[in-house]
Amino acid sequence: MLIRPAVPRDLRSSDITPESQYWTRREWLAAAGLTVGAIAGASALLARPAGAQQALGKPYGLQPDDKPTSWDDVTTYNNFYEFGTGKEDPAEQARGFKTRPWTVRVEGMVKKPGAYALEDFLKPSKVEDRIYRHRCVEAWSMVVPWRGIMLGDVLKRAEPAPGAKFVEFTTLYDPARMPGQRYPILRWPYTEGLRLDEAMHPLTLLVTGVYGRELPNQNGAPLRLIVPWKYGFKGIKSIVRIRLTDTQPATAWNVSAPDEYGFYSNVNPTVDHPRWSQAKERRIGEFLRRPTLMFNGYAEDVAAMYAGMDLRRNY
Amino acid sequence: MKGITRPRWWPWAVWLIVLAPGVLTVAALVSDFLLGTRWLGANPVKEGEHLLGSWTMKYLVATLAVTPIRRATGWNWLQRDRRTFGLAAFFYGLVHFLWYALVDIQLDGAQLAEDLTKRAYIIVGFAALLVMLPLAVTSTRSAVARLKRRWASLHRLVYVVPVLGIVHWWMSVKADVAEPALYSALFAVLLGWRWWQWRRETSGNAATPLF
Repeated sequence: MLIRPAVPRDLRSSDITPESQYWTRREWLAAAGLTVGAIAGASALLARPAGAQQALGKPYGLQPDDKPTSWDDVTTYNNFYEFGTGKEDPAEQARGFKTRPWTVRVEGMVKKPGAYALEDFLKPSKVEDRIYRHRCVEAWSMVVPWRGIMLGDVLKRAEPAPGAKFVEFTTLYDPARMPGQRYPILRWPYTEGLRLDEAMHPLTLLVTGVYGRELPNQNGAPLRLIVPWKYGFKGIKSIVRIRLTDTQPATAWNVSAPDEYGFYSNVNPTVDHPRWSQAKERRIGEFLRRPTLMFNGYAEDVAAMYAGMDLRRNY
Repeated sequence: MKGITRPRWWPWAVWLIVLAPGVLTVAALVSDFLLGTRWLGANPVKEGEHLLGSWTMKYLVATLAVTPIRRATGWNWLQRDRRTFGLAAFFYGLVHFLWYALVDIQLDGAQLAEDLTKRAYIIVGFAALLVMLPLAVTSTRSAVARLKRRWASLHRLVYVVPVLGIVHWWMSVKADVAEPALYSALFAVLLGWRWWQWRRETSGNAATPLF
């Protein structure tokens, strides 16, 4: 079942410069030699979270020019419609969201189903810091130092039953706490799905933190999915249920616009979204666009899972 | 109803209303990339593009609101500003397009060609700009005098622009249709009012053409 472990390519963690040194836009200023440099530099220092100076984690699939996106950008530019549809809404509207106590249910076609307090759910697994590329279906991207556990580890512990083929994830449904759910923007609660082999892949993470800190609410606290070779919306947030099934689960965006968002949603520069090209992307913090890579740069690790599949049909 | 007279500061206010958003948006983009400010948030290119498109719609609303407000209040001096608002809508539409072509896709010829031939929402948006072009060109005093009655017929094309603009906006969003829905309602009122006026004025006089 398990594919060979993903190994970091191109880079060692020592090659990665801490986020604090990568205020790309602010570097322009230093280069321009403007006097306001000192002011901007000072504000950068103030904005940097404690602990960001430490090693950010092990890089996976990074390109030589990939630099971690700033904390400010990672935590203020979010698609999380449960807390508003504007990019800056979640940082605002999720501020008072309580993520404790939190229960995660593992159910469906597993030998050991259960409902766990989040702490107990996480405890048996090894927590890892990993730096991944992140590509949104809207043609922007980031590089994010996530903290999390391997989903495959959780699933192995639950012991999938022989017929299990898919994993379905469900976000909390609570319109009182998630104001976006009061409006029929998407079908609530948000659901996502993976094929079991995708879910078991060593790159697939259940994320609990970013930049070495606890995951901010706007990023999907307390538990979200990260599948780095798929478009960002596959990374369902605030997960309360993980269910194994033998049928392909319905996914929120596929239900909303089936011709635009497929079940697989693998990053693919050659298959355009019906309304825009996916060939290039704009890295948040950069002005010039860069080419999008097949499977978001993780082709060596994941392409085998889709061998022989028509990726144009299975978008 | 007689209404108030034109305040002395009003022409300055109009210039401020039509110039400030554009100047500030461009300044914010430059500042964000060169000085590291965050006026336009994490993705200044997209944010600026959306702001310019949204201002285009706002000036269209202003243009179409002049006549009904004038009728309701008697502030006939507003009439002079209708052209300014109309030209503002055209220029913001133009800058919105140029921003998309130069700043967003950065003159990627292949993508521009593909977008303008294959992507329905871009085609519709571009069509809105093309419809505004002859209106902007014939907005001068001399053009009004030269075209005489045909000027009024030509400028009824302005009613097509919000329809194209709304379709363009509605098609470009992913799932959140709140803003395009709001503007649809505004334009429905503004165009509906004209239709109602026309019905009233032509009852018993079927010969008066709408276009």
